[in-house]
Amino acid sequence: MALTGSAVRRAVTLMARGMRAHPGTYGLAIGTSAVFGAVTVGVSRVLGAVTDRVVVPALAGDAEARGDIWVAGLALVLVALTLSLSVAGRRVFAGKGYAMIQADHREAVTRQYLRLPMSWHRRHPTGQLLSNASADVEAATSIFNPLPFALGVVVMLAVAAVALFRTDVWLALAALVVLPLAIVANVVFQRHMSPAVGKAQQLRAEVADVAHESFEAALLVKALGTEHREEVRFADRAAQLRDANVRVGTVRALFDPVIDLLPSLGTLLVLVVGTVQVTEGRVETGDVVAAAYLLTLLAVPVRAFGWVLGEAPRALVGYDRISRVLDARGELPDGTTRWEPRGPGARVELRDVHLTVPGHTGPVELLRGVDLAVAPGRTVAVVGSTGAGKTTLVSLVSRLADPTTGAVLVDGIDLRQLAAADLTRHVAFVAQSTFVFEDTVRGNVTLADVGDPGSPTDDEVWDALRLAHVDDVVRALPGGLDAALGERGANLSGGQRQRLALARALVRRPRVLVLDDATSAVDPRIEQAILTGLRGAQGSPTVLLVAYRMSSVLLADEVVHVDGGLVVDRGTHAELLARDPGYRELATAYEQESARRAAERADEDATEVVEEHA
Amino acid sequence: MSADHRFAPAAGLGVLATLRRGVQVSPQLVQGLGVTLLLAVVASLGKVLVPVAVQQTVDTGILAAGGPDVSRVTTLAGVAALGLLVGAACSAFVNVRLFRSSEAGLWTLRTRAFRHVHDLSVLTQNTERRGSLVSRVTSDVDTISLFVQWGGIMLLVSVLQIGVATVLMSVYSWQLTLLVWLGFVPLVVALRPLQKRVNARYTAVREQYGAMLGSISEAVVGAQTIRAYGVAARTQRRVDAAVVATRRAMIRAQNLVAVVFSSGVLVANLVLAVVVVAGTYLGIAGELTAGRLLAFLFLVQMFTGPVQQATEILNELQNATAGWRRVLGILETPVSVVDAGPAGVPSPRGAATVELRGVGFAYPDGPPVLHDVEVTVPAGASVAVVGATGSGKTTIARLVARLMDPTSGSVLLDGVDLRDVPLADLRRRVVLVPQEGFLFDGTVAENVAYGLRDADGAMPSPDDARVAEAIDALGLRPWVDELAGGLSAPVGQRGESLSAGERQLVALARAYLAAPDLLLLDEATSAVDPATEVRIARALEKLARGRSTLTIAHRLSTAEAADLVVVVEAGRVVEVGPHAGLVAQGGTYSAMHEAWVAQTR
Repeated sequence: MALTGSAVRRAVTLMARGMRAHPGTYGLAIGTSAVFGAVTVGVSRVLGAVTDRVVVPALAGDAEARGDIWVAGLALVLVALTLSLSVAGRRVFAGKGYAMIQADHREAVTRQYLRLPMSWHRRHPTGQLLSNASADVEAATSIFNPLPFALGVVVMLAVAAVALFRTDVWLALAALVVLPLAIVANVVFQRHMSPAVGKAQQLRAEVADVAHESFEAALLVKALGTEHREEVRFADRAAQLRDANVRVGTVRALFDPVIDLLPSLGTLLVLVVGTVQVTEGRVETGDVVAAAYLLTLLAVPVRAFGWVLGEAPRALVGYDRISRVLDARGELPDGTTRWEPRGPGARVELRDVHLTVPGHTGPVELLRGVDLAVAPGRTVAVVGSTGAGKTTLVSLVSRLADPTTGAVLVDGIDLRQLAAADLTRHVAFVAQSTFVFEDTVRGNVTLADVGDPGSPTDDEVWDALRLAHVDDVVRALPGGLDAALGERGANLSGGQRQRLALARALVRRPRVLVLDDATSAVDPRIEQAILTGLRGAQGSPTVLLVAYRMSSVLLADEVVHVDGGLVVDRGTHAELLARDPGYRELATAYEQESARRAAERADEDATEVVEEHA
Repeated sequence: MSADHRFAPAAGLGVLATLRRGVQVSPQLVQGLGVTLLLAVVASLGKVLVPVAVQQTVDTGILAAGGPDVSRVTTLAGVAALGLLVGAACSAFVNVRLFRSSEAGLWTLRTRAFRHVHDLSVLTQNTERRGSLVSRVTSDVDTISLFVQWGGIMLLVSVLQIGVATVLMSVYSWQLTLLVWLGFVPLVVALRPLQKRVNARYTAVREQYGAMLGSISEAVVGAQTIRAYGVAARTQRRVDAAVVATRRAMIRAQNLVAVVFSSGVLVANLVLAVVVVAGTYLGIAGELTAGRLLAFLFLVQMFTGPVQQATEILNELQNATAGWRRVLGILETPVSVVDAGPAGVPSPRGAATVELRGVGFAYPDGPPVLHDVEVTVPAGASVAVVGATGSGKTTIARLVARLMDPTSGSVLLDGVDLRDVPLADLRRRVVLVPQEGFLFDGTVAENVAYGLRDADGAMPSPDDARVAEAIDALGLRPWVDELAGGLSAPVGQRGESLSAGERQLVALARAYLAAPDLLLLDEATSAVDPATEVRIARALEKLARGRSTLTIAHRLSTAEAADLVVVVEAGRVVEVGPHAGLVAQGGTYSAMHEAWVAQTR
């Protein structure tokens, strides 16, 4: 997508791509604009003819001319109608093309957002991405506003140039000297404008980013009372944008009058050269007047191209910024192997999995050779201290990332070979923090539209909600399944959001269920009921469960202790408790603490008793 | 949801009122306008110069009685060129001045709107999508810029030109001048309702645009969920629908604008036709000479040009007001948690006592979630609030932090109703750590340092020695050392490069540095492993001496350690007392604790 070559070449390619995408609309826009150019020439011709043949003779007493007055009026009316229709046509089609190209860009950019992997998203601020889809798209399409007009009125340029050369070569050259000057002015302009506009677009994105991040942090800002600090942060960045915009404006402010000035100066030059030519007897005076008139026609396309060229730097900068998104690679390639799980649970395997990510000070190894096999239908608890790599490990099973080396398999199929649709159908991942879409309860559970093939029925949704023990909450909402949840589910409590996310996973009847500390805010008894409820008549899905609560861990058939990106031990809770000191510390932390506290209290009481006696 | 808590979708102002209010908010827009206008008039005189100069040169130079006069032509052309250069220089000046003043004005508008969003209550903030709010301080403001940079001044110049042309025309023929004006009457009459519709269509564009950014932001922020569930296709459909709706709104607006503008062109040229016909008849009647009629035809075009320009600017004005209203709408949205400010009762630092007296609360349009809650946090004490999810615990914490005001009863800080405490004092003394700690895209150190609140209010430095001290004091050093990059490890967007538990650790260190008199922990360690949680709890306990803490806890280890336990059930306080006492009492808490002990061992 990225454009290469000189600025002119890139600009031309950019315009050609946009117009080629909508040939019909741009054909009509340029066509109507050409009609406009032709009729503009026509207006003066008709007016001239009317004056010479009707008005002047009529006033002089010519009876025939007097009879033609209404005919002359009618001719002018017809011209007026054609002119305004061509203006309307050009505006309508140019506006349509502009809107369509913008929509094309937005669809392409957002497609990438949805395709690119999480690692890419973590590197790109949300505000920047929003700005790519808004301000940068607008910048990239800005050139399409004046474009059809400029291309259409090329007709005027051609008519004027041909007429000029037919009149006199020297006059024509004097008139057309305007064109190279316009090109020189434009080269100078582009050189100053491109960096200025590039900076302004970057700052525009940064302002959007500060705003987005700050609004997302609204609760924190309020909790710490740092509104003023945020205001300063935003105002600083906005002030940089303001200064960059003024810089852009200043360059433009100097360029526009120059482009406006050139045709007028050309006209004056033609008059001087023309007078000399007349005195030399090479042309008639009428030719000079005609040439001066032709130059006023020439001024229209020159100005129009001035607008196009004036927008070019901004368009190129915007387009480059969009291209960076469009050309980004790294999406996890989709496999082709289909997967039809036989049983209710699937076999999950990690084979010598290493995961290295680029870090601040060099590559960081998050997983360092994990081997793990989970038999179908088993429930495995993944336990470890905060930051041990549990989330990274389990997220691989949902293929939120691919291992750097090693492989992750379900039912013996490497996830990289597996068709993505089958993976997401049968493996459900519930994250630590729940993301709620601004949608109805039903939409948030099914993540499908009503009527989509394979979308769960309301009964199935209710079943899932019941299984997640959140059905009573939903029933209490006005509208039930149709109740709209605000952005990020702001009208639900943390525990309710978690259970809603559970229902979202359960409604799919997954073969593998990955719960990444997804029940921390759920009552343990409910959690137990949920996990028991998973066991269907034919058996239960394979469950990978990241948990801290011993009640959750005890629900598992087996415990895997992860530390420092490695599986350090594996066995039943009792086995690990007996032989793994690190695990023991995690498992008995509360117990120890209670004991310590009880001892402390006893000490204090004892001291008090002693003091009382003293 | 009641109107009080919603964002004004847009200010309910008319076009003129919007302009007035806009200028009031951004006074820079009209600063130095007089000089700019003067320069603009000179600049547009420069543009009129060319046709006049051409005519003069042709009439008196080339067609001179004694044959073409080269020196006269050169002189005239030289003078005209000079005039053109002066005009061009003036118009460059005008542009620069307008860019300066408009950008300064828009900066003020952006910044004020941004600040106001933060001043609104949490409830109001949550009624509008973040992406849509961002559009109000970015693209909506950009919509205004075209008009304030160029339109406003050109409108004034056009009106001036229309006036001058009218005067000149009436010198030649008052009858025809009257005719020209009459010709434009239908346009002026039609323009008002048309402009209203243009405005409505531009407003629709702005709304669709905001909604589109909202849905794009959801696709970006929800990236993980979308991938995990393979619902990219559906999300794309939703985004595409928003994109297409914006496109449709843009095309609809542009179509109407095209009609309005071209009807201006039509009327202008029809007027020309009428003048030719009527002028010729007037001439025949002896009211007008041929020379005067031709001169009048030239002047008519000087009149219709600015009229067409003015209709164009009026369209742009409608676009600008559509965006302007949305930005002003933010400023019009009332702040429901009102700051007592300097008029309030100052609240000096020191161990804080908090009392909830007969507090009831209902979310807008929702059922009551708290009933008659009575809780006292004595100075320096640690109080734990426990209860099932959805029992109203979080609401209690939010009321004490005054994120919202109770619907009945009152919350007192050292005996003063929170509504009377200046917000600056309150925020300094009371800090809430919510369950999902938000981190800024930056390093661990930067995020911890964010808690520092020095008197100057500036952004604290991540190299501040207190950052490392806080990490050590909370026993987080081993964890930080494990991070690649240690304190300068980047946390990613919203802290997403860290796990939820790690984010909570950072948030705690941050709150610790904020050094409040009352620390409100709302399940702030829910995603941290038990060993670390116990360590932190112990550290906080030691460090919090002389400070009060109110902890919303679902892990009862916290309650065990607290001086006082408050048990909430369905929005009511059912038990209050020290841990040991409540366990002995054999009520709700005792049952909860028993279950918890069973789960954790």
